[in-house]
Amino acid sequence: MRPTGQGVSKLKGIAAATLLATTLPMAAMAEDGNAIKIGMITTLTGGGAGIGADIRDGFMLAIDQAGNENVEVVIVDDQRQPDLAVQLSDKLIQSDKVDLLTGIIWSNLALAVVPSATAQGKFYVSPNAGPTQLAGRGCHEKYFNVAWQNDNLHEAAGAYTTSAGYQNAFILAPNYPAGQDALTGFKRMYEGELAGELYTRLGQTDYAAEIAQIRASGADSIFFFLPGGMGISFLKQYADSGIDLPVVGPAFSFDQGILQAVGDAALGVKNTSQWSKDIDNPTNKAFVESFEAAFGRLPSLYASQSFDSANLILSALSKADVQDADAFRAALLEADFSSTRGDFEFGNNQHPIQDIYVREVIQEGEVFTNRIVGTSLTDHQDVYASECGL
Amino acid sequence: MSLILLVEQVLNGLQFGVMLFLMAAGLTLIFGVMGLINLAHGSLYMVGAFAAAAVAAWSGSFVLALIASLAAAAAFGALIELTIIRRLYDRDHLDQVLATFALILVFSEATRWVFGSFPLFLDIPDALSGTVMLPGGIQYSLYRLTIIVIGLVVAAALFLLISKTRVGMRIRAGESDREMIGALGVDISVLYTLVFALGAALAGLSGALVGAIQSVEVGMGEPVLILAFVVIVIGGIGSIKGALAGAILVGLTDTLGRTMLPWAFTTFMDASAANTVGSALASMLIYVLMAGVLIFKPNGLFGSA
Repeated sequence: MRPTGQGVSKLKGIAAATLLATTLPMAAMAEDGNAIKIGMITTLTGGGAGIGADIRDGFMLAIDQAGNENVEVVIVDDQRQPDLAVQLSDKLIQSDKVDLLTGIIWSNLALAVVPSATAQGKFYVSPNAGPTQLAGRGCHEKYFNVAWQNDNLHEAAGAYTTSAGYQNAFILAPNYPAGQDALTGFKRMYEGELAGELYTRLGQTDYAAEIAQIRASGADSIFFFLPGGMGISFLKQYADSGIDLPVVGPAFSFDQGILQAVGDAALGVKNTSQWSKDIDNPTNKAFVESFEAAFGRLPSLYASQSFDSANLILSALSKADVQDADAFRAALLEADFSSTRGDFEFGNNQHPIQDIYVREVIQEGEVFTNRIVGTSLTDHQDVYASECGL
Repeated sequence: MSLILLVEQVLNGLQFGVMLFLMAAGLTLIFGVMGLINLAHGSLYMVGAFAAAAVAAWSGSFVLALIASLAAAAAFGALIELTIIRRLYDRDHLDQVLATFALILVFSEATRWVFGSFPLFLDIPDALSGTVMLPGGIQYSLYRLTIIVIGLVVAAALFLLISKTRVGMRIRAGESDREMIGALGVDISVLYTLVFALGAALAGLSGALVGAIQSVEVGMGEPVLILAFVVIVIGGIGSIKGALAGAILVGLTDTLGRTMLPWAFTTFMDASAANTVGSALASMLIYVLMAGVLIFKPNGLFGSA
C-alpha cells in the first residue's frame, strides 16, 4: 500500500504548508526588526508538481524554524507555463508589493521572469534554475542563484566519466535550452570519444528507438540528462533492454522524488550532485531529520536548495533592511548562513562556488536513496562567471 | 545503419503504433457514434495507469492490475458519461471542448489529492521482463512484443465486435443515422453509455500497459491524447480500420523519422549539427504526414465523405 501511504503523508505536508502560508501574514504585524515580503512562484500543479512541492516545503521549513515573525511568504502556482509565471510575478510585485521573488524551477520560466523582476528593482533568489544567459553577460546585481549554473552538474558528470576510465560514451538529452546546456557541459569536461550524441523530444516517454541505437553504437558508457518523468521512463526501459552498460547522469534523474517510481532499475547508478542526504555536517543532519518529521518523506536536492535559499535570505535580513538595496545585496553576497552543503560561497556572478559529489543509488530498507562515493569537482565555478561584469 | 537495427526500429514503431491504436480506437468510436470531441480521453488513460499501479502495489499481480485498469477506466467513463457528457451531445463542439477540458483539470487534481504529486511505481511483471532473441539475431524486449500482440488481438476483437455482432450493428447504425436508430426502438442512451465505457476501458488498458515501461504520473495522458487525435484525423474519423492504419503509420513515421533523419543528415553535415536539425525535423514529421494526407484525402484514409 505504498502509494496510498505516500498520498496521505503528502496531504499532511500540503496542509501544513498551506497553514503556514495563511497564518504568516497575520503574524507579520509585529514591527520589530527588518520585515520582508517574499513572493514564491513555483510549479504546484501539472507535470513537475513534485519538484514544486519540495521547493515549497524546504523553503517553508526554514522559515518556520527561524520563527521570524517579520517574514511573510506568498506562494503562487505557475503551472510550468512561462506566460503565467510572468503574469504572477507582475501581480506579486505590483499588487502584493513583495520585496523579493524566488521559487522558479524551470530555466525557460526563469528567463521569462527574472529580467523583468530585477528591472523593476526586486531581488530574485533562485532555488533551482540557473540558465547560462543569466550567469554570463546577462548577470544582474539583484539576481542570486543558490543552486548551481545549469552546466555544473553535467560538467561534474563529464569529469567523473573521464576519471572512471570510460572512453566511448553515448550521450543524450532533450532538445531544449537546458538539454543543450547539459550536453555542452558534459563535453566540456569529458575527454574520451563519443559513441553517439542524441537530442530527444522534450516530454518524450518512449525511448525504444534511442535504446536500440545505444545497443548498436558500441558505447562503453551512457550519460543522460532526462529530468522528471522522462528519466523514469528511460531508466525502466533501459533496465528491461538487456543492455548492461554503466550509466552516469546528473542528480535530477535520481532525486528522492522519482527514485521510488524507478525502483531497482536505478540501483548502483552514479550521479553527480552538489548535495546529498549523507553530507556530514550538523545543519544537513538537522535538515534531513526535521524535513522527514514534518512531511513524512526524505528531502530531495530541490528541497535542500530552497532550504538554503530561505536561510540565505534570513541571514541577510538579520543584517540589513531589504529597503536599503545596497546593504541588503552586500548581506546576501556574504552568504553568512549555515548551508546544508557545508561551505557555501558566491562567485562574482552571484552563483555558487562549490564542491560537486558523485553519488550512488542504493536501497535502505524499503526506500531507494543516494550515498556519496566521491568528489568530482572541488570549489567549482561556472565558466560564464568571467563574462559577467560584476 | 544495419539491417538488424532497422528491423528493431520497425518493431519499435509497430509497438508505439499499437499503443496509439488502443487510445485512438475509443476516441474515434466516441466521435463517430456520438459526435463528441472528448479531450478527457487522456485522463481515462491516466486513471487506468494509476488504478493498475495501486492494485499492483497492493496485490503484486500484474494480471489483476490490468483488470483493475479496465474496470476503473470503464467505471469512470460510464460515470462521466451519465453525469456530464450526456448533456453535451446536442451542444456544439466548442462547448464539448470546454467541458471535457474542465474534466481534464478535475481528473488531474483529484488524482493528485488521492495519490500525491510524486510518480508511482509500476513495473513489468517478472515473467515478461528481459529480452528474447528473434530470428536473425534481433534482441527484442519481451514486454514490448507482448504489447504488440495484445494490441493486435484487441484490434481483431474490436473489428469482429463492430462487424459481426448485434451491438456492433447498432453502433454502426448509430454512426450513420442517430435519429433513425432511436425511432426503431433501440435505447440510444444505453448504447452511448456502452460505447463510452468501451472506449474508456481501452484507454485505461493502454495506460496500464504503457505505465509499466513509462512513468505513472499526473498529466501523463495529454501528450498521448494529441497523438491520438492526429491518428484519427489521418485514419478518418469514426473508422476503426482507419484508427489502426493511422496509428501504425504514425508509430512507424515517428520512430523511424527520429532515428533515420539525424543519421541521414550526417552524410552532409557534421554530427552535432545534423543531430540538432534532424531531431527538430523528426518531431514535426507526423504533423507533416497529417497535412499530406489531408491534402489528398480530406476525410482521412478511411473516412466517409
